[in-house]
Formats: sequence, structure tokens, C-alpha cells
Amino acid sequence: MNSKRETGRGSRTLFSGLKYLCILCTVVSVAALVAVVFYILKNGIGKLSWQLLFGEYTGSAVSIFPAFIGTLRLIVIAVLIAVPVGIFSAVYLVEYMNNKGKLVKVIRIAAETLAGIPSIVYGLFGYLIFVRTFQWGYSLLGGGITLAIMILPVIIRSTEESLLAVPDGFREGSLALGAGKVRTIFRIVLPSAASGIVTAVILAVGRIISESAVLILTLGMVVNLIPSSVLSPGTSLALDIYYFASHGYPDEAAATSVVLLLMVILLNLLATGLGKLIKRRQGE
Amino acid sequence: MNISVRNCNLWYGDFQALKNINMDISNREVTAFIGPSGCGKSTFLKILNRMNDLVDGCRITGSFHIGGVDIFDKSTDVNLLRKKVGMVFQKPNPFPMSIYDNIAFAPRTFGVRKKAELDRIVEDSLRRASIWDEVKDRLKKSALGMSGGQQQRLCIARALAANPDILLMDEPTSALDPISTGKIEALMSELKQELTIVIVTHNMQQATRIADKTAFFYLGELIEYDTTEKLFSCPTDRRTENYITGRFG
Ligand SMILES: Nc1ncnc2c1ncn2[C@@H]1O[C@H](COP(=O)(O)OP(=O)(O)O)[C@@H](O)[C@H]1O
Ligand SMILES: [Mg+2]
Repeated sequence: MNSKRETGRGSRTLFSGLKYLCILCTVVSVAALVAVVFYILKNGIGKLSWQLLFGEYTGSAVSIFPAFIGTLRLIVIAVLIAVPVGIFSAVYLVEYMNNKGKLVKVIRIAAETLAGIPSIVYGLFGYLIFVRTFQWGYSLLGGGITLAIMILPVIIRSTEESLLAVPDGFREGSLALGAGKVRTIFRIVLPSAASGIVTAVILAVGRIISESAVLILTLGMVVNLIPSSVLSPGTSLALDIYYFASHGYPDEAAATSVVLLLMVILLNLLATGLGKLIKRRQGE
Repeated sequence: MNISVRNCNLWYGDFQALKNINMDISNREVTAFIGPSGCGKSTFLKILNRMNDLVDGCRITGSFHIGGVDIFDKSTDVNLLRKKVGMVFQKPNPFPMSIYDNIAFAPRTFGVRKKAELDRIVEDSLRRASIWDEVKDRLKKSALGMSGGQQQRLCIARALAANPDILLMDEPTSALDPISTGKIEALMSELKQELTIVIVTHNMQQATRIADKTAFFYLGELIEYDTTEKLFSCPTDRRTENYITGRFG
């Protein structure tokens, strides 16, 4: 129909112009990424010392060791809450509600809305509930629970996707052998969905590690003390970056960023690697 | 075990998929269900192990006895029923786990824990499904790595491991090549020495090769049910004759 115009000069120039525009954009994106990494490495790597990583935080020498402890505990608290709650919610929606009906729709919309809320709003919620109403003050527990609420919709959604991807033939096969619903879910459906669920959980841990807005309002940013209990205030790696940068330690902030970057990269590798490993073991 | 069905009606919502079906299926025979697609063969088959319980809006009336026991009685444990009445599906559906674990699934479900006993059941079931020699060196390998025909025989072995009295097979060879199909047909002739087999098939030659009795379904009704020889050589109903002579279907 439009063969004349398609082969015409004008559109050819447009196409090659588009191609160069794409190349330019790619170069800009890669350059931006390289610049960030390079700049952080250049400023940070010199400061990466035993003292910074694992030393004691004193008036003369800073350390991110308390942040390691804080981050680790936040991960444990948030994962312990969000993973079981998220997985069981998804199992309920997919396996018991058959993924249809009004309730499922409402929960789906709620989860999607929650996933889109800016994290500072979760932070404010955590602040109002745990810091103020419960009077816990700033605490690891309050921060961890708030993080759990933040990652919950992500876990529910990706678990749902993984469950829906399990062929119905597996469920029928198991039920037809006399295994009940519960055994079918735990022995057949969840293991079949494991690779997707594990990947989602690890990526959620990545979000916990990277999160700062929630923690500014719930955790307290006490950078120099190792938290003595889950109700103590504390700090995290991301918060330390903010603290160092705004209190005259820009290079230490960069060094902490290097550590954080490495952890996120490792987590991403772990997520894909573990996902693939599980799939391979199942023979897919 | 004998199967006896009286006045069976089944609705999916408002749609009546089975109409007043009466049927007796004898022990240690192969019974084939034939008929054009959508006539209710799978639906009727799935009543016998109550897989229709899972379908929303499915309503069943009538009386259904297997070995003299009412399978819809309140006291009937549906899981035990399904253990006794095994099922093989159209599309092979091995679980994404090792060959061994696939076969051991049903015995483990019903409480067998000892390794020696599981080993024995696994070997025995694989032998009965004539697939032992092909897989004995790779029992720990994933079942998904096998060919389609092997997967289907594995699914038969998996059903046999539950030690059923009846085996329901819904077009078990329709996704397979002729050689695998031949193996499964030979297998059925062996297995009918010990169990009752009910098979849905699209392939009338297959029915004549393996079935002692054949039932012809049409639009939710059981039109004719007789020995395979009689049904194919001198059908009494016009519709049966039209179907087996290929005038529709
Ligand atoms: N789950 C279901 N919900 C609604 N209708 C169904 C369902 N399963 C089957 N049917 C309908 O019931 C009729 C019989 O189906 P089926 O037993 O699968 O036929 P066959 O196995 O003989 O091809 C068909 O008209 C089909 O559309
Ligand atoms: Mg069918």
C-alpha cells in the first residue's frame, strides 16, 4: 500500500537518523553508569580499610561495622515476616481462590497500589505507628517491620506469578494419586515454583539493603553504637552513606557505597544463579 | 473391582454434559470409551475418581459404586478412592523431580518411609510399566529429561505405585508416536490381568486392538455399550454405525 513511501528517501533518512539516536542514547546511558561507578571507586577505594569495615567506631575513626549488624538484622526481621506472610497470601489467592473472584481483585489492586507507594510514605507510617504510637522510639524492630510491609506486595505478586506458571497437570497428577490439597501444595506446587520465589526473595533483600527513606524515619541513624537488642535504634549501610556525606566524611561515604554496590551486585548474581540451579535440579 | 453407575447426570453450570447414564464395568477387562470430542467421555471418566469435585459449578446426580462401595458417600475418603482408582492423563505430566521421587510419591503419601520398601515399590512399579530397563541407571535423574513416550509410561508406573485396582486412562497415547503407542497398548494387555482398565480413545483401531468392551458416547448420552467385537461388527444404533464408519466425528 505505502510501498512508495516506505522505500522513499525521507523515511530512509529518518530510519538511519533513528538508529544514530539510539546509539547515542545507549552511549549516554552506559557512560552515566560508568561515571557513577568510577567516581565512587576513585573516592572510596582508598578508604576501604579494616578499621572502616570492622573496626570500633571512635571519635577519631569511623566504622560501618554497626551498619553491617543493623542491615543484617533488618534483613532477618523483614524476611522472617514478609516471606511467610507473602507466600501464604499468594498460595491462598492462587490455590484456594483459584485466582478469581471479587476478593482476589480487591487484594490484587491493594497490592499493586502498595507497590507503587513512595517508600518515604511507608517510613512515615512506620514512624507514626512504631516510634510514636507504640512508643518504641527508633528501633530495628520498627524499621524491620516497616521494610517487611514495603516488600510484602512485591513478594506476593512474584509468588503469585510463579504459582500461576506451575502447570495444572502437576496439580491434577498429584491429586489423582490421592495426595490431598495441602500435600499437593507443599510437595508439588511450591517446589515447582521455588526458583521464581527464591529469586524474588533475594531481589527483595536487595531492596531492603538499598532502602534509606523508610529507615531515616524509623531506625534513628545511630551510627556509632552496635545495637544491643531489636528494640535498640541503629543504622544501616545506606543510612551511613547519608550520614557520612552530610557530616564531612565524603570519602567514607564513597567507600560505604562501594560495599553496598558490591552487595547488591552479589545479590543479583545470587538471585539468577540460585534460580537457575533450582531449575536445573528439577531438570527443566 | 466392578464399577456400577446408575442414572448418572452431570451439569457444568446450566449445561448438562451427561444424561442419564447407566453402566456396569467388569473387573479385569479393558473398557474403551469412544465418541466425538465434547461428548462427555473425559467427564464420565473423571467421575470415577471424583476429579470433577475440583470443577466449580459441577453438579452430579445418580449412584456410583466401585467394589460395592458408594464413592460419593460421606464416609468415603476421596484420597483413598483416588489411590484405588489411578489416572493417566492425555498429556504426560511427570513431576519436576527425579524418576525415583515421581514413583515414590504415592507410597510416601500413604506413609511408606522405609528406604528398602520404597526401593522395592519403585522397581516393581517400573517393571510393571515395562520401563525399568530403560531407566534403572538414571533413577536419580529428572523425569523431565525423558522422551514423551517414556514420560507416559513413567506416569503409568507412578499410578501403579499407589497399588490401584482400577486404572483410568484419558487418551493416553494421543500425544505419542506409533512405537510408544504400541508399547503402551502391549502394557495394557499385561496389566488387565491384575486390574480394571478404562480408556478413553479417539482412535477406533486402538479400541478394537485392546478393548474387551466398548462404549459409544454421543452428546452426553451413552448410546451403545457392548463387547468390542459386537459393537464394531454389528452396531444396533444408527448413530454408532455412522460414527464407526467415519460419517462424523
Ligand atoms: N470444566 C468444565 N466446565 C464447563 N464445561 C465443561 C468442562 N469440562 C468439559 N466441559 C464441557 O462438557 C462437554 C464434555 O466434555 P468432555 O468430557 O471433555 O468431552 P470429551 O472428553 O468427550 O471430548 C463439552 O461440551 C465440554 O465443553
Ligand atoms: Mg476428553
